[in-house]
Amino acid sequence: MNAPDKIETFRHIGTRPVRPDGVDKVTGKALYGTDFKAPGMLWGAILRSPHPHARILSIDTRAAEKLAGVKAVATGRDLPTLESLVMHVGEGASDIVDVSHNCLAFDKVLYEGHPVAAVAATTPELAREAAVLISVEYEVLPHVLGLDEALADDAPLIREPARGRSDEKPSNIAMDVTMGRGDVEAALSGAAAVVEGRYTMEPVHQGYIEPHACVASWNGDGQAQIWCSSQGHFMVRSLTASVLAIPQSDIRVTPLEIGGGFGGKTTVYLEPVAMILSRKSGRPVRLGMSREDVFRATGPAPGAIIDVRLGADADGTLVAAEVTFKYHSGAFAANDAGAGVSSAIGHYRIANTRVSGIEVLCNRPAAKAYRAPGAPQVNFAVESAIDELAIKLGMDPLELRMKNAAMPGDLQTSGLPWGEIGWVQCLEAAKAHPHLSAPLGPNQGRGIAGGYWGNYGGPSTVNLSVAEDGTFTVATGSPDIGGSRASMAIMAAEVLEVPYEQVRCVVADTASIGLSFVTGGSRTTFATGMATVEAAREVKRLLCERAARTWQVPAEDVEWREGNAVCTSGEKLGSKMSAGEIAGSSIHSGGPITATSALSAQGWLPGFGFHICDVEVDQETGHVSIVRYTAVQDVGRAIHADYVEGQIQGGVAQGIGWALNETYIYNGEGKLENPGFLDYRMPVTSDMPMIDTVMVEVPNPVHPYGVKGVGEVPIVPPLAAVANAVHAATGKRMRSLPMSPDKVHAALHAES
Amino acid sequence: MNRNHVNTTINGDATQFLCDPGASLLDVLRDALHLTGSKEGCGSGDCGACTVQLDGEMVCSCLVLAAEAEGRTVATIEGVAEGSVLHPVQQKFLEHAALQCGFCTPGFIVAAKSLLDRNPNPTETEVRYWLAGNLCRCTGYDKIVRAVMDAAAELRQERTPA
Amino acid sequence: MPSPAFHAPDTVEGVVALLSGDPTARPLGGGTDLIVQMRSGRIAPSAVVDIKRIASLSGVRREGDVFVIGAATPCTALKDNADLCAAWPGVVEAANLIGSVQVRNRATMAGNLCNASPAADSVPALVAAEAICVVAGPAGMREVAVQDIPVSPGRTSLASGEFVVEFRLPVRGALEGDAYLRSIPRTEMDIAVVGVGANLRIDDEGTCTAARIALGAVAPTVVLVEAAGAALVGTKLDEEALSAMVEAVKAACAPIDDKRGTVAYRKAMAGVLAKRTVRIAAQRAGAKA
Repeated sequence: MNAPDKIETFRHIGTRPVRPDGVDKVTGKALYGTDFKAPGMLWGAILRSPHPHARILSIDTRAAEKLAGVKAVATGRDLPTLESLVMHVGEGASDIVDVSHNCLAFDKVLYEGHPVAAVAATTPELAREAAVLISVEYEVLPHVLGLDEALADDAPLIREPARGRSDEKPSNIAMDVTMGRGDVEAALSGAAAVVEGRYTMEPVHQGYIEPHACVASWNGDGQAQIWCSSQGHFMVRSLTASVLAIPQSDIRVTPLEIGGGFGGKTTVYLEPVAMILSRKSGRPVRLGMSREDVFRATGPAPGAIIDVRLGADADGTLVAAEVTFKYHSGAFAANDAGAGVSSAIGHYRIANTRVSGIEVLCNRPAAKAYRAPGAPQVNFAVESAIDELAIKLGMDPLELRMKNAAMPGDLQTSGLPWGEIGWVQCLEAAKAHPHLSAPLGPNQGRGIAGGYWGNYGGPSTVNLSVAEDGTFTVATGSPDIGGSRASMAIMAAEVLEVPYEQVRCVVADTASIGLSFVTGGSRTTFATGMATVEAAREVKRLLCERAARTWQVPAEDVEWREGNAVCTSGEKLGSKMSAGEIAGSSIHSGGPITATSALSAQGWLPGFGFHICDVEVDQETGHVSIVRYTAVQDVGRAIHADYVEGQIQGGVAQGIGWALNETYIYNGEGKLENPGFLDYRMPVTSDMPMIDTVMVEVPNPVHPYGVKGVGEVPIVPPLAAVANAVHAATGKRMRSLPMSPDKVHAALHAES
Repeated sequence: MNRNHVNTTINGDATQFLCDPGASLLDVLRDALHLTGSKEGCGSGDCGACTVQLDGEMVCSCLVLAAEAEGRTVATIEGVAEGSVLHPVQQKFLEHAALQCGFCTPGFIVAAKSLLDRNPNPTETEVRYWLAGNLCRCTGYDKIVRAVMDAAAELRQERTPA
Repeated sequence: MPSPAFHAPDTVEGVVALLSGDPTARPLGGGTDLIVQMRSGRIAPSAVVDIKRIASLSGVRREGDVFVIGAATPCTALKDNADLCAAWPGVVEAANLIGSVQVRNRATMAGNLCNASPAADSVPALVAAEAICVVAGPAGMREVAVQDIPVSPGRTSLASGEFVVEFRLPVRGALEGDAYLRSIPRTEMDIAVVGVGANLRIDDEGTCTAARIALGAVAPTVVLVEAAGAALVGTKLDEEALSAMVEAVKAACAPIDDKRGTVAYRKAMAGVLAKRTVRIAAQRAGAKA
């Protein structure tokens, strides 16, 4: 499906209409995960491991079962034994055995907070009381949290039987990826300037404000319903059915509104457990997480140790890059290392590269996707190193990047060529932006950084139906996290040439539409949009066909113009039928008018972003304030300008939080000390300035409207943009995140 | 444990409920009264998603015991619009796309309305510091602040007829 | 965790009776610490006694040469009293740094004090101000210096059945000023990593005649650094005096490393903030330069 050659002006694309679900959301009517109640619903509670690593010797649930009001109890033994099977349903791949064991521990607990048992009772208080009555006997094992510690020869092994690289002894290495070409060592030794550095950080959490929650109802005849918020209800169906070893069509998952995901809700934690409790009790069961549970037991982005070496010629041509990293996997393989490798240095044209990354198992919650999973970490290291290299070469850091910027046709790290990317255009837009020449005050510094994310396409199904009055409904299977209903309505209205308000978009449940991949991976406007356009075009064709049939003229004599079928030749020339007229008589012309598009979108293109950050550093206290921020991004084409800007601004804010204050703090006993919003410090309104966004449009020729995924790129550059700004303001290179005031202060006052 | 019987006023309506003495106002609003617009994001007063007005002052309803509502007035997100006519704050949130997932939105709207009820002409800094108790993870706050400033401008026009 | 009983008496005696009869009963002001701790299971009181229905416990009033602040007065309400704000801006600002606006519409200085967190924001300012609290109990009313209330993290010197009913602050003289600053990682919403309250009196020539410097979050309880005050008295608050004061402040710190700050950083910030706080207090007292 190709973009028409000349689309210069649009009726709806690029506009900013109010989203169709907006009134429900500003009035409190919209139903999110914990807002839904099923009649006769029981309340569930989960008992979680207090130990970071232990064998489960026994679980005694009798006291809990005896408590009046308790209707069901479940442990890992209630889940079926599964064969290893890697499933690609979320962002990244998971072995279904791991998913199952993460829902309810089987024989070992692998992190503090790992679910061990669950109860369902008639009130939330009774459920909590019952959970505490479950008696678990543990054999506490030594635990390990740090990357290097988990790689040490004597490290406790997380997985049993332990696996490692085939020719080596068992280890905690869960993934190992290397890409590159050329001769890095030779190139580095011949380079005019070389910089090297080690960059480190702890895990950070996606920080969605809505904790996980679901209601499940599983009847004795095998059929079930689940109501939950997620980034993909088909993923919920697929993973839940696989964990429980039941047919997928026996589960109907109704998507509730979702209060943020950012990748963290592309898996299941609660649904299989709620299902078991429901089956055992014969009633619907709600299970939800507290904020503490979310931090202790859901997947963060991996922390990292990253080593970088970059070499350049005297004129600034990059000749070699070596990036080696270790990422936390947590208790189960997270599969972020691959994305980390391909996201490290592909934005530069470098002849000699070696990018190598491993994931390390440890006694932490299993890492999960977080907005461009695997990319921000390596980008922080590489873009900081580029900054250092520019200084060493005496070269402007933007010029250094422009000189080496990858262009369409240049090779990615994998060896495949880049398509129609807009990286150079971002750099040019930044170069022309007044931010770069704005004056800086005392203790202020400016940093720049750029990065990218591969994005994705994949399967989406859309149904577009015409009501008898000629108004339209677009049904998708893509949960709406950030305004996608509006974008689908825009695209369909554009094709159909009708007012935006005549096209409404809904998110259908798993029984009511064909499957779609998750709302994640920056794929929804691209892939579900593509399917929406295809369905809209088919509906347009059908409307014309019905008009032709009504007029008894050949189909090629009918065109669609401005929302009407128009006869373009013959004796009916000039005849017009509106969508309403056609649909109103559809019962006679062939039946209901509807079209379904089910596709696996190909041809997605990565997004590139370039950020400019001004900071002010209080030299006495180490506080870093962001005083100005501009984010330039190639968005392909902005379908709904506000929501594209919103994605950019949101990603920037998360990146700034990651750079300045967010981190997991564990104590020596492997227990998380900051499982709450008080001490897991995300940016608040007073921490942030306005975020200027510049949307560069280098359309993707494959998408009918030129869309490129936008959601994930913006979290990639801020870490280095802020660090480079801090360096400019203070002369200190911060290589360890977060750059909290005490760490900046320590760097500034190292001598004293 | 006997439940407390509470008489209160919610969004202008006389309301009665039974509650555990230890239940929070948020729990009762959501579970007993089915007013699910106020959200639990943290349960510890750190995110503001549960913001309501108690006797005209904005508070975190997760940190108010339901029993304390006796004889007081509670205003929630459900009472901000007048019938189906949105309050300017709500309208501006929509126009400025100041919500993405929308989960924090009810808390922000009640908080912003509380600000504009007492300060009709806030600066950007005043808006940001007033709203610092409301966490948003989706928007980076830019459009939220713009929506609130725009709502303030609109309300000032309404209050001062031309 | 069984639900506690809820009581809302309308007299001080009623509160005392309920607290005396039940060792785990807790008074409820704003609930912004109590309810959080009940939810997390850190405490499990058998009863919660709401003090907010007692009229005399709410609001700020003048009684002769004393400001009386009822224990049930939320932090934001302090700002409504212009005289209090003019006399004790440091105390009012300190109380209005706690949490968010939502929290401050409920939180009280009495609760902040009796929660006995080393990092409580209002406490260093109250101690610098030499505030007194009036405590009601089975044996009647007694006055206690604010700094004598916290004993260790989470524990106060209050006896069984006792609770704070009000704070008393003196009316101010002409050449007096106070200030409070704290160090937090973000701009709002954090617990103080270090807090410093300063209260000064100067004479007509700008010489400091009295100074009290109190520190929060650098020891198990608030620290009144007498040597720091002494370093300022008799001086014109010049750089040398301020440096001596800073040294005294740092020497008095006994902080810990925890998830909110390190020993080194807390000591350093105590010094930085002490200087900044004194400068503001001095300006408020009318000092030139």
